[in-house]
Amino acid sequence: MNSPTVFDNQPKAMEEWPNNEVVVRLEGVSVRYRLPRERIVSFKEYAILALQRRIRYDDFWALADVSMEIRQGEIFGIIGLNGAGKSTLLKVISRVLKPTLGRVWVRGRVAPLLELGAGFHPELTGRENVFLNGLLLGYTQAEITNHFEEILDFADISGFVDAPLRTYSTGMVARLGFSVATMKQPDILIVDEVLSVGDEQFQRKCQNRLTQFQENGTTILLVSHSTDLIAKLCNRAAWLEHGQLRMIGEALDVVAGYRGNASP
Amino acid sequence: MKLFLKSEEAPVYDSARHQTPVLDELQEIFRYRELLAKLVSRNIKTRYKRSVLGIAWTMLSPLMMMIVMTLVFSNIFRMNLEHYPVYLLSGLVFWNFFSQTTSSAMNELVWGGSLMTRIYMPRSIFAFTALGTGLVNIVLSLIPLLLIMLVTGAPLRLSLFFLPVSILIVGMFALGVGLFLSTLGVYFTDVLEMYQIVLMAWMYFTPVIYPIEIIPASYVGAFYLNPLYYLLEVFRQPIYLGKLPDLQTLAVACLLSSLTLIFGWWFFTRKADEFAYRV
Repeated sequence: MNSPTVFDNQPKAMEEWPNNEVVVRLEGVSVRYRLPRERIVSFKEYAILALQRRIRYDDFWALADVSMEIRQGEIFGIIGLNGAGKSTLLKVISRVLKPTLGRVWVRGRVAPLLELGAGFHPELTGRENVFLNGLLLGYTQAEITNHFEEILDFADISGFVDAPLRTYSTGMVARLGFSVATMKQPDILIVDEVLSVGDEQFQRKCQNRLTQFQENGTTILLVSHSTDLIAKLCNRAAWLEHGQLRMIGEALDVVAGYRGNASP
Repeated sequence: MKLFLKSEEAPVYDSARHQTPVLDELQEIFRYRELLAKLVSRNIKTRYKRSVLGIAWTMLSPLMMMIVMTLVFSNIFRMNLEHYPVYLLSGLVFWNFFSQTTSSAMNELVWGGSLMTRIYMPRSIFAFTALGTGLVNIVLSLIPLLLIMLVTGAPLRLSLFFLPVSILIVGMFALGVGLFLSTLGVYFTDVLEMYQIVLMAWMYFTPVIYPIEIIPASYVGAFYLNPLYYLLEVFRQPIYLGKLPDLQTLAVACLLSSLTLIFGWWFFTRKADEFAYRV
């Protein structure tokens, strides 16, 4: 796979991080989705079935008893097939899902680079969208105001700031989304391998920015299908299978295990 | 090498710490107040963005509705109420506020809630946004109301200054109902459609367009069971009668709206952590 990747720097040995305290801790985290066996959408149906006590559920454990610790400054890889629970794990860490069982503990501001431009509204101007999106990501009004010029410069849309977003090109929207999400250095950054924003030149800018964050101590969680990428970039990695933690440890070991399993 | 952010400043999220949702959610919504304000202004700005008259529609639509209904009810049904346009418009403004706030609390959560499955935000922000939008609209629609009072020669009294209190009481009630309904709406999408029908029936059983005096004595007892009757009186008396609401009505309205809000808040926050699994 030769798709452009988010990082191109080599991982640092853990010894270079003197202050490697835990920033993410999962203790026996399980996430259960309950799916009604029959599809019940109407209130009437529900009332009838509830009265007859005939509602049966299929339990689906998207994550089952996952425990791990991630330390500050690490680049931590998460691998697994589709449906193995990678996104659920990220949702639990970014506080979107509260685990059904177990405990999640996260220290620091989490910037998910999975949802660029969340809440963008086509009828609002670029300026209004920057504030709306920034507030959604948990920045304060004052922080956004302070970084406003930088955001525009980085996204290179200065001339269009007061035009409605629907007049922007796809590339401009993506660049704006990235600029807002990374306006300040986060403590924890969640990145998807497939993240590709704008043209090659802008991608290089993104890479530089993320590398800089990493050098300054940001912890990075990288989700990827590419074992090459995980092996190349990450210090440590976790391998998820059917919601369970199959293996966790040095990235190279985990990748070796994963590969060995895939092609026996 | 310049290393590390100061750890004292870093916010900590601990899923095990949130054990009293009723209070936690209150704290969270306060923390996200800037986002709340931005979402309200987004709603106001985008609603009429592409129309020529823009925000003027907030004031025009109840006004037009009032004109049509005044023609119908005073000429065809021969409703002989003094200053009927003022009576009617104050009722309509009240009704629009209540129905829009409650329905959009539900719609924003159920349809706009996909955001909630991708980014963390306090779940009650959707209901608060609906309330905020409703509050801006009701304040704006007081302008045509005052205009009609001037034009028709209805007396403008000092009791109008009581309206902020009335709106607060009605707003608390609407928020409580909105929270309750949006919780139901997450589990049963039918509620959205069903509520529109309920609203229509509810409007005809509330003295919005007619005075309660025309109700036959044998039915009037049932009308006093309708919570919206008391809330409407608290809103309308300072406008239409030019006096403060009578103490009994005010007390009943306050009690109803606080109980509804407390119940709605409890019901909502108890279930809120499950929403992201459902929406």
